Amino acid sequence: MSLQLFLFLVLALVAITSALGMLINRNAIYSALFLVLNFATVAIFFLLLNAPFIAVAQVSVYAGAIMVLFLFVIMLLGAERTGQTQSIPWQRPLAIALAIILLLEAGFILLGQQGVVPFINVELPSGFGSPAQVGTELFTNYLLPFEITSVLLLVAIIGAIVLTKNEKK
Amino acid sequence: MVSINYYLGLAIILFTIGALGVLIRRNAIIIFMSIELMLNAANLVFVAYARYWHAMSGQIFVFFIMTVAAAEVAIGLALIVAIFRSKASIDVDQINTLKG
Repeated sequence: MSLQLFLFLVLALVAITSALGMLINRNAIYSALFLVLNFATVAIFFLLLNAPFIAVAQVSVYAGAIMVLFLFVIMLLGAERTGQTQSIPWQRPLAIALAIILLLEAGFILLGQQGVVPFINVELPSGFGSPAQVGTELFTNYLLPFEITSVLLLVAIIGAIVLTKNEKK
Repeated sequence: MVSINYYLGLAIILFTIGALGVLIRRNAIIIFMSIELMLNAANLVFVAYARYWHAMSGQIFVFFIMTVAAAEVAIGLALIVAIFRSKASIDVDQINTLKG
């Protein structure tokens, strides 16, 4: 077994376990911390896939900024434990059955496509996925979408401020 | 090098766990986290295909997905805070004021 495959299997186990831990845990803070672990393992997958810039962005934006925001809101609301109010009794078994159907369908498609994606045995161009190349792509081919995302972030900032503003009566 | 099918399989499992989280959890914040998990699974597929086709556009798309996710989380958490202020609960079963 090659080192990469071994690394992949161990990390995949960690990623799936942490995702399940996020799902099952009753305490929202533990769930958020499990999700941070999951994002960190996915960042290592990005490194294995020759995407160093995306990996660093994953750690700083997702595991850093977004999850800090989540933890901040959980602690601000003091809502880490919510009582179990299952008003629909058949909801949980139905949800699990639907999830298993989704998993089987996607797995069936994946196995059916075996060999459709050819193994490209060409050496990667040097600097593939480096910050320099990502930046060049962003500012040449994807300049307009890049500017639109800046407007989108501005809208999000203003929206968040307006939504949480205390209205003085 | 690991075959792309392993990455696709992992992404499928992570996406299913996220979808399951949206369906069975009633805490609005956990539902949000599950949505982030699903976005992350999609990102993994994008980066895997970018690696296998030697195409940078996959990684650029992941960059855009990350910014959209950040904006979505900022707005969503602001909404949750506003709902908590008026209803003192973030249980999605409690948010049924418009129910006839």
